[in-house]
Amino acid sequence: MATSTLTTQEKDAFIRDENRTILPIVENFYKFCGQGKLMGVKCQRCGALLWPPRVVCPKCFSGAFDWIQFRGKGKLLTYTIIHFPPSQFQALAPYAVGILKLEEGPQLPGMIKNVKLEDLRIGMDLQVDFETALPKEWPRWARYFFKPTS
Amino acid sequence: MATPVASIVSGGVSKFGVREGLYGRELFAEAAKEAFDRCSNLDPKRDIQALFVGMMSESYEHQAHVAPLFLDWVGLLPIPAFRTEGACASSSVAMRTALFAIASGMYDVVLVGGVEKMTHVSTTGVTEILAMASDFPFEQWHGISFPGIFAMMAVDHMHRYGTTEEQMARVAVKNHDHGVLNSKAHFQKRITVGEVLSSRPVAWPLKLFDCCPRTDGASCLVLTSPRVAKKFTDTPVQIMGSGQAQDTLSLFERQNFSTMNVTKLASQQAYKMANVSPEDIDVAELHDCFTIAEIIAYEDLGFCEAGRGGKLIEDGVTRLGGKMPVNTSGGLKAKGHPVGATGVAQAYEIYLQLTNQAGKRQVSPAEIGLTQNVGGAASTGVVHVYQRGD
Repeated sequence: MATSTLTTQEKDAFIRDENRTILPIVENFYKFCGQGKLMGVKCQRCGALLWPPRVVCPKCFSGAFDWIQFRGKGKLLTYTIIHFPPSQFQALAPYAVGILKLEEGPQLPGMIKNVKLEDLRIGMDLQVDFETALPKEWPRWARYFFKPTS
Repeated sequence: MATPVASIVSGGVSKFGVREGLYGRELFAEAAKEAFDRCSNLDPKRDIQALFVGMMSESYEHQAHVAPLFLDWVGLLPIPAFRTEGACASSSVAMRTALFAIASGMYDVVLVGGVEKMTHVSTTGVTEILAMASDFPFEQWHGISFPGIFAMMAVDHMHRYGTTEEQMARVAVKNHDHGVLNSKAHFQKRITVGEVLSSRPVAWPLKLFDCCPRTDGASCLVLTSPRVAKKFTDTPVQIMGSGQAQDTLSLFERQNFSTMNVTKLASQQAYKMANVSPEDIDVAELHDCFTIAEIIAYEDLGFCEAGRGGKLIEDGVTRLGGKMPVNTSGGLKAKGHPVGATGVAQAYEIYLQLTNQAGKRQVSPAEIGLTQNVGGAASTGVVHVYQRGD
């Protein structure tokens, strides 16, 4: 197994291949979120910018990528206000979710916080921030979210 | 006109609604019995060679491996049975699979159906089970519910085209009006635009009455090769065209949230195969899981231009009595949406319409029909075109 050489003393817990390359997978995306970084990957062959990271480039079928960090700024493409949420989000309702288009191009969905619901507008500037608390059980992913540009 | 792919010679649906105490297997048997009873020339044991059945989730009844189970409960052991899953389009995918089986020459007579038993699970529980058809790490993880996904389409459509909440409400009002004429519909109750607009918010701008209910139900059809159809009935309905396409599981990766590309692609395939155009359609059953979805479907199917769907409902074109009646059964909104049963239930309504068996909701003339069924956030889309075959 590629990960068998890793020890529990590793400073980071990224999933890597035998060359110590951080694999372009969802788990590692969220581990970066835990470090406060919004990351995607760039295909080494065709240059496609992918978010979320994938193990195979859907444009050229290459499997070699470089991780790149996004600035985390973008515009709101669409949104909604959830009044009837899935049970684990009930305490937060009503809350806003939307789709952000990053300055670098990729689009991502997420929760919108620190904004009055009536102030939400398509096209408004938002930036990505990160929750610091991790869930206790699988998946132990740090959530990113959107907030108004400061 | 082109050559038919397969023929519908009979069909049945269970009563849709809150079917307390009944299991999926019993609902499917109820649907199958109607199909068997309708077709006196059919000897199910002798004639039917395979079953194709769609169901979305094992979670509702804690029951997987349903293909042999449903087969057994309609008395058809030991013929092969296949289960398909395509979220809300599960049984339309079953129907396409059945078409492949017939077109291959492997089988001449097959049973196709769909089942979902939902109402014994709480609304919260159903919301969670349905959400499984959306992306876990990027949609479910961020609290994006299914109504939330369609609400984001609606907000985009309102912003881009000026579509209004009132226009969306009119879809619900129309489909409830139609449901009154269908004794098997979940709801037989008219509602007003005002009631829709003042119903409690689910995911703005979608309110409770913009959303289809959770429903128990099952559906089935007997499909044959066109060659043998007349052995079973003088009035088969011919399946003339069939199309299917897929899109990203999540909404966020798409370039335009106001369209469902799968509907466009699947309908282009089906129209081409049947050699018809949108204006030839006399009656259609469309996927109105949320009111905005029916408006977008009008546009993607070519019933009107992009952005004109709100106007089409406002002008009454798609009401019974209008130029192109849509969802005469009551649609998902009023007939109900037992997820896995929906695709074949849509085809059943068109079968009734094209054989003049639709009673008070009969469209005339009804020569060519269409069904459009999408799964998840329109990650699966299936369109079929039908023609009366007498």
